[in-house]
Amino acid sequence: MTEIFRMNEAQPRLLDETRQGLVGKPLDRPEGPKKVSGRARYAAEGLPEDAAHGVLVRATIAQGRVTGFGHDAIRDIPGVITLITDDRLLRNPAQGMAGAAPCQPGSQVFYHGQPIALVVADSPETARDAAHRLPVSYDAGTAITDPATKSAQHSGEPETSGDFNAAFADCDVTVDATYTTDAQVAAAMEPHAAIADWQGDNLTLRGSLQMLRFNRDELADSLGIDPAQVRILSPYIGGGFGSKLGIGPEAVAAAIAAREIGRPVRVVMSRQTVFDAVLRRTETTQRVRFGATGDGRIRAISHDDLVSNAAGEEFFEPVSQASQFLYGAEGLSFTQTVATISRTPSGSVRAPGEAVGMLAFECAVDELAEALNLCPVDLRLRNIPDTHPMTGQAYSAHGLADCLRRGAEQFGWAERGAPGARVEGDWRIGMGVSSAARKSMLVQSAARVRLLGDRAVVETDMTDIGTGTYAILGQIAGEMLGLPISSVEVILGDTDLPGASGSGGSFGANSAGSATFLAAKKIRATIADKLGCDPAELHLQDGIARGGNVERPLADLVDGEIVQEAVVAAGDTSKSHLSSGFGAHFAEVAVNQWTGETRVRRMLGVMAMGRILNEKTARSQALGGMIWGIGAALTEAVEHDPRTGHIVTRDLANYHVPAHADVPGDMKVVFLEERDDMGNPIQTKGIGELGISGAGAAVLNAIAHATGARVRNFPALPDRVVAAMEAAGV
Amino acid sequence: MKPFDYQRAHSLADASGRMGDAASIIAGGTNLLDLMKIQVMTPSRVIDISRLSGMDRIEPHGDGLRIGALVTNTTLATDARIRAGWPVLSRAILAGASAQIRNKATTGGNLLQRTRCPYFYDTAMACNKRAPGTGCSAQGGSGRMLALFGTSDDCLAAHPSDMAVGLAVLGAEVEIRASSGDTRTLPVTQLYTLPGNRPDIETGLEKGDIITAVILPAPRIGTRQTYRKVRDRASYAFALVSVAAVLKMDGDTIAEAALAFGGVAPRPWTDAAVNGLLTGKRPEPATFERAAAHLVPDTAPHPETAFKRPLLRRTLIATLREASGLAGQVDTARNAPSGAPQ
Ligand SMILES: Cc1cc2nc3c(=O)[nH]c(=O)nc-3n(C[C@H](O)[C@H](O)[C@H](O)COP(=O)(O)OP(=O)(O)OC[C@H]3O[C@@H](n4cnc5c(N)ncnc54)[C@H](O)[C@@H]3O)c2cc1C
Repeated sequence: MTEIFRMNEAQPRLLDETRQGLVGKPLDRPEGPKKVSGRARYAAEGLPEDAAHGVLVRATIAQGRVTGFGHDAIRDIPGVITLITDDRLLRNPAQGMAGAAPCQPGSQVFYHGQPIALVVADSPETARDAAHRLPVSYDAGTAITDPATKSAQHSGEPETSGDFNAAFADCDVTVDATYTTDAQVAAAMEPHAAIADWQGDNLTLRGSLQMLRFNRDELADSLGIDPAQVRILSPYIGGGFGSKLGIGPEAVAAAIAAREIGRPVRVVMSRQTVFDAVLRRTETTQRVRFGATGDGRIRAISHDDLVSNAAGEEFFEPVSQASQFLYGAEGLSFTQTVATISRTPSGSVRAPGEAVGMLAFECAVDELAEALNLCPVDLRLRNIPDTHPMTGQAYSAHGLADCLRRGAEQFGWAERGAPGARVEGDWRIGMGVSSAARKSMLVQSAARVRLLGDRAVVETDMTDIGTGTYAILGQIAGEMLGLPISSVEVILGDTDLPGASGSGGSFGANSAGSATFLAAKKIRATIADKLGCDPAELHLQDGIARGGNVERPLADLVDGEIVQEAVVAAGDTSKSHLSSGFGAHFAEVAVNQWTGETRVRRMLGVMAMGRILNEKTARSQALGGMIWGIGAALTEAVEHDPRTGHIVTRDLANYHVPAHADVPGDMKVVFLEERDDMGNPIQTKGIGELGISGAGAAVLNAIAHATGARVRNFPALPDRVVAAMEAAGV
Repeated sequence: MKPFDYQRAHSLADASGRMGDAASIIAGGTNLLDLMKIQVMTPSRVIDISRLSGMDRIEPHGDGLRIGALVTNTTLATDARIRAGWPVLSRAILAGASAQIRNKATTGGNLLQRTRCPYFYDTAMACNKRAPGTGCSAQGGSGRMLALFGTSDDCLAAHPSDMAVGLAVLGAEVEIRASSGDTRTLPVTQLYTLPGNRPDIETGLEKGDIITAVILPAPRIGTRQTYRKVRDRASYAFALVSVAAVLKMDGDTIAEAALAFGGVAPRPWTDAAVNGLLTGKRPEPATFERAAAHLVPDTAPHPETAFKRPLLRRTLIATLREASGLAGQVDTARNAPSGAPQ
């Protein structure tokens, strides 16, 4: 076993010393040409010739039991092969990093839309038709589908520091506001899909999955077999956003069916099934209270939330995660209430916690600024704590103040003016700001690097969900080994390779990047040894090794190959320090005073998120996050049927991710130079989720500034803006 | 998908002849195929008329135009004659769907696209329109896209077409060829029937009828035309409420007014009295408020469409302000304010 490197202390900033000049560069993604020319093989592609097709059957009751299937009604449809009803089928995908089977409900039904069987046929069309026609009988129970139902709710213990109630009661100025957010979905472009293929007792699964090391264990556990019998391939993923963290119903059903019929089986979820049966982001109700002195010093902070999930799930959207460390106060209190209901179960969707928590929290900060008659940027600047207000931990690198100042200057914040003052025709114009924060993590991750003379190969079961993993791991290895990027190959998405963190929680680059770095660092030590120099004096560039007055081509130093593997894991620094990305979002909107339509006119995100590994992919991530922020603020809402709880907005025509016209041409991202010494050996921070965290709040605060009316139910659909304007009499 | 037979029609007569109980015409296919995949529409025979010649032309017709049923939405919206003489039609079409869909979608297919009520789309739910007699799940269900006017206990659905609203405000007519070969015309507003207790019957078309063209009357010279669509995102979403307006000003009074409304009824909604309240009046807030008060119903047929009442009132006023020049011109996608560093 490779020894685990634990992050117990700050590491030298080696990537600032190396000379290849790859790290940070805005390099193209190496797999891009394959993707745009259709040669990148996604999960559902490259179908084995004898493959059969499975389509999941959904439950159409919200609660109860399946009592029977009318198999006879479909048996004779030409092309139908079999009906799989198996106690191992999954109710819903596993939660991220579960490493074990999720709920296998047998005949029990927990929500309308739950997969309950698989129809297998010679063609996808036939399977779909048969799944549609399959009669199912139920013993239906009474379902609670509304999270507001008191009997379904359970409140946790408050997480506190100091005495919130005393501090709040004692404040000159207070805000006490309740916000709601509708449920959201990841809406990845590629639907969930799997091809299962058995060779004897061994299963190969081509899937669209984010965390293979965990997914292999989840799949094996679901099927009741040894993880060693399972290989998962997931080299390309058409977007995940959390929805592909855990093994899903499609994969387990495909594996069971393939075993039973002795042929490979492909299961591709229809778009509607993706909505029905993939974990959504819970709807929330959030109460935020602030107390402050008249001069804008926050003394009391409370952020309580109500979220929901299905029975038995152990994930609860950590709504107040960032609220607990963004601003200082004497008294802080955070209570979560969970409603156990019959709706599609909830799970991690990009930036679980911050993505919705900061919508409410950062709007409340602005409401406090209004109550104090203070500039929202100033109020934020005045309340940045020196240490974590709940735990007393030090911050590893804290760029919030710089981001706010730089953003305000670049955005032209000084011209903001009074609320409701700027009018152009029938449109009211406003500017808004929000802080951004998203915890940064290091998760155990392994990587192998092979140096084959003048080229190198990186191998890990890490995934690239479209975010640029292929690019950055190649850059790190090339940088460390002094090789041009074209000489580094990165192989991902195969559980036969060393087990990585997977892509989730923005920790992929931190974790898999550090493992790659550490493996390459070991190779550098070997090379230094061969050159007879101290590793600290070794310089590698363009395939040439220099050190101790010696200069040799790398190719001459390597006899065959040098192979090193490294495993990185969090250590003492994760306890002593809080590592978080920080940033500031600015938005300018136009709101139609008649129709309540909101158009974002420009946006700026200034972010301090550690070392940037690839300026281009990092920017794309930041922009993508900000665009989702627009969606959360303005357009994205899952509607649930009030009776059955099922998702009514089951396709992309009805679930509205921002269209091009919703996104302004003027979207800017600025990265502040930063090194996070305490986070990981490469001084990075997670970047995939900071862009969304707070972005929507900047838009919502801009609406309030434009109109002088506060929308508290998000997204701010036109009718909600109209209602707020009418309530405020503007 | 249910297996079906695909047949290519050689002529209109051939197409009519092939129409039977379980047959469907396919033109652009952008609506029909979606509905077939989810088995909301399950024709056993699909008759393709998209290759019939001569039906994709826009030709002079008296002082107006005759638009073949196979003219695509893109062709129609970008036709120079349409943009000059009937701009509200062009705007209405461009407010709908996406460029890709408009490239395939046809004039006939657009008129006959089905409702977007989510319960019509979900075969697990009762729907009198899809499965007559099963009930209406929208009653007591989720209702953001439902209608405000013209509904019945059996059906609350709205017609989703933007183009039809543009045609309605212009007084366009639909040309229909019966299986007998006879041709008749109907005003667009009369093409659709209200649901009553037969929501499955949506138009006055008989079995074997094919829409062959749409006929535009002479252009309304000197009018201001606008189409205002309010929806849940800036583009690529169906109307919550839309207003098509054709206004002719005479000095500072409104000489002629024609309005049609989308997203609020099982057909493009028109109300002659509302037009009348504007005609001969000055374009001022009180005039617009009077028209809106007359138009907007006192109650909504479903609690979740209650928001459409204020929204319709406001959208009507915003549209009239725009058409009468009261609102000024603003570019909402405009860049940074002057002076802000880039
Ligand atoms: C994602 C999405 C978003 C959309 N957004 C909008 C929107 O915002 N606004 C909007 O207005 N529309 C919208 N549409 C709908 C779109 O406009 C229609 O799908 C399109 O106009 C249908 O035309 P088609 O030629 O493809 O019809 P088809 O799908 O071919 O046919 C539709 C129906 O009409 C019948 N039919 C077709 N031609 C004839 C004829 N000549 N005679 C008799 N019957 C005929 C067919 O049998 C079928 O029942 C959207 C569609 C999609 C998929």
